[in-house]
Amino acid sequence: MSKVRVLVGTQKGAFVLNSDGKRKQWKVDGPFFGGLPIYHVKASPVNPDRIYASQTDDWFGQVVQRSDDGGKTWQPINNEFTYASKPGQHQWYDGTPHPWEFKRVWHFEPDPVDAETVYAGVEDAALFKSTDGGQSWNELANLRDHESGSQWMPGAGGLCLHTILIDPSNPQRLYVAISAAGAFRSDDGGTSWKPITKGLQSNFLPQPDAEIGHCVHRIALHPSRPETLFMQKHWDVMRSDNAGEQWREISGNLPSDFGFVVDVHAHDPETVYVLPIKSDSEHYPPEGKLRVYRSRGDGEWQALTQGLPQQDCYVNVLRDAMSVDKLDPCGIYFGTTGGQVYASADEGDSWEAIVRDLPAVKSVEVQTLE
Amino acid sequence: MVRVTLPYHLQNLARTGPEVQVAVAVAAPVTAASILDALEAAYPMLRGTIREHGGGPRRAYLRFFACGEDISHQPLDAPLPAAVAAGEQPFMVVGAIAGG
Repeated sequence: MSKVRVLVGTQKGAFVLNSDGKRKQWKVDGPFFGGLPIYHVKASPVNPDRIYASQTDDWFGQVVQRSDDGGKTWQPINNEFTYASKPGQHQWYDGTPHPWEFKRVWHFEPDPVDAETVYAGVEDAALFKSTDGGQSWNELANLRDHESGSQWMPGAGGLCLHTILIDPSNPQRLYVAISAAGAFRSDDGGTSWKPITKGLQSNFLPQPDAEIGHCVHRIALHPSRPETLFMQKHWDVMRSDNAGEQWREISGNLPSDFGFVVDVHAHDPETVYVLPIKSDSEHYPPEGKLRVYRSRGDGEWQALTQGLPQQDCYVNVLRDAMSVDKLDPCGIYFGTTGGQVYASADEGDSWEAIVRDLPAVKSVEVQTLE
Repeated sequence: MVRVTLPYHLQNLARTGPEVQVAVAVAAPVTAASILDALEAAYPMLRGTIREHGGGPRRAYLRFFACGEDISHQPLDAPLPAAVAAGEQPFMVVGAIAGG
């Protein structure tokens, strides 16, 4: 029988939640690395026992933890992320030049084909790659060296590369998103990059349709249709059907088109999920109601509320904190800054807190295990 | 042997107790740099967590104490007190108290 493992990164440690395929009873293991911020925990799709965790804080810097037994035990591995070319300067919040400095890993993306290959998205924004399971890291520097690099500026969370997507049908095609530089695509395995921002509008920019400077919060794709991308931007939910060459807004009837997460149903590439947040100044759900919204590709968004608090709820759901399993019916999971991890075993129709009192959740990733 | 005390999270990372002992080359004066070199050789997982990689500067949120003195702002290659070199007093790596 299938099993589900949920990997949770929080402000004060990592947690591993396991259930059988019914997804009703959950065993919570952790905290691992207790007391320390864990930005992201993600497993290899090739070797599900191989899991990477980003442990990072101001005191001790970046530590990379790796498990080879499904999260039972962990070992620190190489934590040296050195920019491959001379770091230049990006824009600071006030527009003045500011030197590039490594701060932390925001996101690990294990390769869909090779169990030893993993990508790391870091702050200040850069993309690193390891082909030896994280024993060494090499920067794909042509991204940071892109001619637009001096225009990149930090979002509220820093100048972070937080989204890495690998086209499962063509591993040479990579997508990344950077707050607040925008989104980029490589068609040659990370050797060269082009901005993919046509159609985006950001009113905090002097030219709202500028190629560079958009605060992209998250991009998601379905493996069966990898040219279709869904984006939750600082404001606006967007869709592209040509690998990011052109975007169009699909915010429709959402109560707010600000938010962080977006994800796609495991079995239907037209069904997408977002979780609206009131605004860039008020990071909690509109009207104090925690609602996931689902669109089936018809332009309409349906509020999914059963089992979620519908009054006095003022948590946030951060960009890496939603994921889906591959069971049928598809399971949807998200974690909140209030420490709850909610799960739906019926495509979002109903929800239950599978753990309720964790530290603030930074990331949620789901593994479907045979 | 030189004694080094570590903050809680680095004890967990290196899987040690509160204090470790490391052998520092006796031919040269014992300095913070030579202690950290020996410490990182014995516990490679501590590389980059106390000072920047490659023998770089002390991380900003850590302090170094010895013999009741804050020596955080001495050059890393400055000789340390004889009591530290002799193992009578520890070289203390301390996390700055700056909130939690």
